[in-house]
Parts: sequence; C-alpha cells; structure tokens
Amino acid sequence: MTADRDSGEDRRATPDHVAFDRLIPSDVREIEPIVEEVTRECRVLALSARQCALNVPVALTEALSNAILRGNRGVRDKQVRVRAVVSDSALVLEVADEGGGFDLDACTVDPTRPGNLEREDGRGLFLMRSLMDRVERYEADERNVVRLTLRRS
Amino acid sequence: MSFSIKKQGEICVVDVEGQLIVGNRQELKQKVLDELEKGEKKFLIDFSQTGYIDSSGLGVLVSLSKKIREQGGELRLANLNDDLKTLFELTKLDTLFQIADTRERALESF
Repeated sequence: MTADRDSGEDRRATPDHVAFDRLIPSDVREIEPIVEEVTRECRVLALSARQCALNVPVALTEALSNAILRGNRGVRDKQVRVRAVVSDSALVLEVADEGGGFDLDACTVDPTRPGNLEREDGRGLFLMRSLMDRVERYEADERNVVRLTLRRS
Repeated sequence: MSFSIKKQGEICVVDVEGQLIVGNRQELKQKVLDELEKGEKKFLIDFSQTGYIDSSGLGVLVSLSKKIREQGGELRLANLNDDLKTLFELTKLDTLFQIADTRERALESF
C-alpha cells in the first residue's frame, strides 16, 4: 500500500473513492490539463507507472476528445463531465457529454487491417479498448456516458 | 507543449516537447508542411521529450508521412520510449514508419 504523499492517508483502503469529479466546457484545450490532473491523482492512488504514463492519459484523452468533438460537436457551452472512481481493485473513469450517443461496436474500426493502416482517423475507440480492461457506453440523466475500467496492475 | 525545428545538415529535425494530441497536432502538421513547401525533403521527428500521443497525433504522423513521400522525401522517427513504442505496436504503425532508437542512428539512416 502506498500512502497519499500529501495527507499521509492511505487512500487505496477507501472503497470506491471518488478521486475526481469536474465539469468542463467543450474545448479541446481543456483536455491536457484535465488529463494531467487525473493522472496526478492516479499516481497518488498508486496506479502503476505504466498505467499513469500510457493507459490513463491516452484512453482518457480519446474519451474527452470524442465527447467534445463528436458528442457535443465542439459547442463550447455544452459541458463534459469527467469522473474518476478508484477502489482497491480498479480505476473507473466516466466521461459524459450532451450528445445522442453512439454504437460502440459499430463505430470501432480495426486500424491494423491493411486497408486501414494509412488512414488518418479511426484509432480512438480502438486505442481506448486496447488500453482499458473494459469500455462501456450507456445513457444516464439524458447524457451519453463512456465508462472506462482499468484494473490495478 | 511545443515543437521546434532545427536543420542538421540537409535534415529537418523536429523535437516534440510535451504531448502530441488533438489540441496541438495541427501546429506540428503546419510546421512540417511549411518546411516541405520550402523544398526540404528529409525529416526526423524526435520524441525524446514527448509525454504521450493520442489517435489524432498518430493520424497527423500518418498524414505527414504520406505528404513527405508524395514529394519524394523521407521521414524517420526516433527516441520512442517503451510506452510510445506500445502505441505504435498496438496500431501496427511500427510497420509503416522507419523508427530508430536514437537521433544519431536516425540521422545516419538517411
């Protein structure tokens, strides 16, 4: 167990600890600072170095980018909610937008197929699903939610 | 995050500092395209100071690779850390790009 560097409290022992909950406007410039904040929190909560450097930042960036540009169509006044819940076993990230949602399976492209290799787009959902243990999409409170689950390694 | 371009002989060396993601990918693309338009043909992108890359960043690299090739030029990538290598391997982009372990090896490979 790793203690919280700031408080000395062992936050991993708290079941389903809400580590982060924030509303942001639909602007891609918001992505990097939010990802940095969530990743910093993940380090404090003792996720592995690789998860903090690769899995979390890339998958969360993809989810935020989809929510801002596709879900909310880049309309700055529309909001995206980012929530991170951590337990002893896993990190759960939820990204909610004001869009109508999408079919996760139908929209996921395999960019490794020969005809897709030189495409400029189409890697976002694939990366999310490759870097997370589970990716789900559902609707709640008239919002489209993408939930990313990453087990502690 | 920032991108700097320096000439090393006849090679344009681009350093990517910070992240290469949806919010800044166009800046990198435009800087390289500007050099291509000036007649530069050989490009090396060095990732030794890069944090992470998202799908938009990977897409820009694919786009630049095609445009440089169309102009008869060459592109090399260098200094991918283990996490960045994983991204290229997952997407099989490691088969599309010529990737060197160090800047020196990349420069020698032109």
